[in-house]
Amino acid sequence: MNEFLDILLYIQIALSGICLYRIIRGPTIPDRMVGVDIFGILVVGVCAIITIQTERSFILDIGIAWIILSFIGTLTLAKYLTGKKLNE
Amino acid sequence: MISLIFIIIGILFNMLGCVGIVRLPDTYNRLQAATKAVTLGCCSILIGVIFHFGVSDAGTKALIAIPILFFGSTVAAHALIRGTYHFGIKLGKKSVKDDYKDAVK
Repeated sequence: MNEFLDILLYIQIALSGICLYRIIRGPTIPDRMVGVDIFGILVVGVCAIITIQTERSFILDIGIAWIILSFIGTLTLAKYLTGKKLNE
Repeated sequence: MISLIFIIIGILFNMLGCVGIVRLPDTYNRLQAATKAVTLGCCSILIGVIFHFGVSDAGTKALIAIPILFFGSTVAAHALIRGTYHFGIKLGKKSVKDDYKDAVK
């Protein structure tokens, strides 16, 4: 079971790398932000699989903090795209 | 064993989302496909973590992480796509209908 989880972990990390392709290649600014948003969600899956492998629960805390920071960052960039100031 | 099944289902959904983010032609299509599939896949992986650990500290943290992930990612995607429209990105060439254009005016 442990070797099989290794394979799943590598697949999940490779999927995160595919999102980096969109961040590098994207023709416009919103395309790159889409890549950053999806990358932030996929990293939570990586943290969850590492939690099962190492039996240590603090790695899931990193995942939760990453979700919240990704949420705030995406909202800020979306506000920047609409052309408003941050306090409107 | 049941946790492994949930993790495999989640990784399959993540794979579909990443195919969407590479292959689709438009910003709106990419965000729509990727957000739905990847959110469902990562929630499924966290459900697998709950089944693996049961009632313990890690299981409780996974149970807390699921609603945060679900609502956070969907709300962020909605705000991002609205900002994209106001930024002036055109729809793709094969798009046939644009209802939001009337609502903005």
